[in-house]
Amino acid sequence: MRDVFRGFGAVFFKETLHVRRDSAALFFSLMIPLLQIFLLGFGIDTNIRQVNTVVYNEDGRRESRELIDRLRNSDTFRVIGYVQDDQHLNDAIISGRARVGVKIPVDYSDKLLHQMSAQVLVLIDGSDSSVAGQAINVTTAIGLDESLRRVLPARVALPVDMRPKLLFNPDSRSPNFFLPGLTAILLLNVTTFLTAFSIVREKEHGTLEQLFVTPVRPMGLLFGKLLPYLGVGFFELCLILFFMRVVFQVPIHGNVLLLAFLSLPYIFVSLSLGILISSKANSQSEAIQLAFITFLPSIFFSGYIFPRETMPLIFYAISYLIPATYYINITRGIILRGAGIQHLWLDGLVLFAMGTLLLLVAARRFRNKVVAV
Amino acid sequence: MSGNNGNTPAIVAEGLVRRFGDFTAVDGVSFRVEAGGIFGFLGPNGSGKTTVIKMLTGLLPLSAGEAQVQGLNVRTESEGVRERIGYMSQNFSLYNDLTVTENLQFYGRIYGLEPDRLRRRMNEIVELNGLEPYLSRLAGKLSGGWKQRLALGCAMLHEPKLLFLDEPTAGIDPVARRQLWDLLFELSGHGITFFVTTHYMDEAERCSHVAYIYFGRIIADGTPEALKSLPDVNPPGTKRIEVATPEVTRALRLARQIPGIRSATIFGESIHALIEENCDLADLRGQLASQGIRVTEIRPLTPSLEDVFVELTSKHQAALEARGEVVHA
Repeated sequence: MRDVFRGFGAVFFKETLHVRRDSAALFFSLMIPLLQIFLLGFGIDTNIRQVNTVVYNEDGRRESRELIDRLRNSDTFRVIGYVQDDQHLNDAIISGRARVGVKIPVDYSDKLLHQMSAQVLVLIDGSDSSVAGQAINVTTAIGLDESLRRVLPARVALPVDMRPKLLFNPDSRSPNFFLPGLTAILLLNVTTFLTAFSIVREKEHGTLEQLFVTPVRPMGLLFGKLLPYLGVGFFELCLILFFMRVVFQVPIHGNVLLLAFLSLPYIFVSLSLGILISSKANSQSEAIQLAFITFLPSIFFSGYIFPRETMPLIFYAISYLIPATYYINITRGIILRGAGIQHLWLDGLVLFAMGTLLLLVAARRFRNKVVAV
Repeated sequence: MSGNNGNTPAIVAEGLVRRFGDFTAVDGVSFRVEAGGIFGFLGPNGSGKTTVIKMLTGLLPLSAGEAQVQGLNVRTESEGVRERIGYMSQNFSLYNDLTVTENLQFYGRIYGLEPDRLRRRMNEIVELNGLEPYLSRLAGKLSGGWKQRLALGCAMLHEPKLLFLDEPTAGIDPVARRQLWDLLFELSGHGITFFVTTHYMDEAERCSHVAYIYFGRIIADGTPEALKSLPDVNPPGTKRIEVATPEVTRALRLARQIPGIRSATIFGESIHALIEENCDLADLRGQLASQGIRVTEIRPLTPSLEDVFVELTSKHQAALEARGEVVHA
């Protein structure tokens, strides 16, 4: 059995020397993900607030000004200007200056006074669906609320009173939602590139061919390559968690040791993926191309940005093949929902199985080159 | 498991074939390398030299044929083969970001040398190759000649009895080239067999046995002396001469018109010619002098290996064309 891993010690030792020697490359591969944490952590807010809005108030009396104040106070809209005709209202939206245009007709106050239905036109730029959705919801709600206030006598309780309560992320903070998912993407990025490059570099220098005429066995070679970068990936994870907790104040509700433990199979999958890529790629640029083929689905289909539940069935099925899907469930589960091993053991197991499968395929591809049969 | 005792040939290749798609890179190559000595494997670029090495070292599967290396079958006992051979590729395959010591240690460990033996072998190799002053230098910072010495050292740490060197002197300065060959002779004196590919004819002359591969087929195989006395190279009724003259270009043009001269080529400051055996050298000198060519020396010549390969290549080419096989030279 020891024979299967022949050469492991030699490769492992040499690979740690490479990592230590090329400290500049290591520094950058560790720092760039942290930079992304900062960019996304500070820069992205999924809550839609202060949408640029122009108002064409034909009416101009008290009732119409009250309505505009209510829109303002909702925090969703920010009135950036008033226009005096339909032409300018349209232009403001077409030019992108405003996302929403509100037109209050000249007879708004009159109709309210005469208990007739007063119409308000709300033009919404549909080119960004999440902004549009939020604008529709808030304007409809304000309209409904305003109507009820006028129809119902004062101080009457509403027959149905919905009280939504946000669990786990009560303030609906974006970093809490984004950073646990981002952890998965960044870890994938770093570890896949590191292993893929370490092998492709040996191909380019001809040292891999040299290794193939020595008695080293594929598993010895691959594990010797893999373990040092498992260490690097784990260190990167600790850095990310540290910044997430300390700088962005994302509370970790579950057990951080469990998170560390369940991260190992995910790092293992990413490393195996890197090795598989390197068995195909003959140059570093080819490795980058292949790596991107795996990154984009990980970003879009793992639930990191778009909820998996709204995907068409086929893509929902594909999402089950993506390691990041399981790991994002683990990170969000432990960090946000305080989930325990009883909720997440299956995700960990699936990741471990995926990593083993990828590694076996990669070893097979290398064995075909090592052993001339 | 059969090992190598003194009598087993180092390499026996029988009908080696390697195809890449439709292209046959190696086409029925057979040869035998006896233990000890330096076997020179020659041929133009793209003729299949490296492919043969890769087949013998287990880097490329054989499409057909059989090969034994150190008495082991390369198809079925490739791991045993890999333990018993050393290989140095064209680009020296070193880790540029590791030091000389670290490179040696790594290759020693890969071959599973025990710490004591590794230390002993490293001392021997360092002394033999004169690497002491560079032990803590990064391999990437060594000059070509020293890289090549380090690569050779890495390839022989595990004391292989057979070493494959693929163009070991390509891109190396002449002094380093000479030193490497001196080292190879010294090592072969200790019973190590070398299988060396090269372009250089002077290197070929120093080999104990030479094979010439041309477009995937071996067209010459023997000791340099045996090849030089081949009938193909020395047709009956002819002899080779060397004519030294300051005006080689004009002399060549004239020589080709003189009856009795079958072929002539320029070699530096002289002309090598194949002439009729009964042709008189004094008469020849007279004919050239009458055309105003000053001949400094004219003397009989044994063919060089270059003469041999030029002759055999053109014969082989002619035979292929006669059979309608097109060869793109």
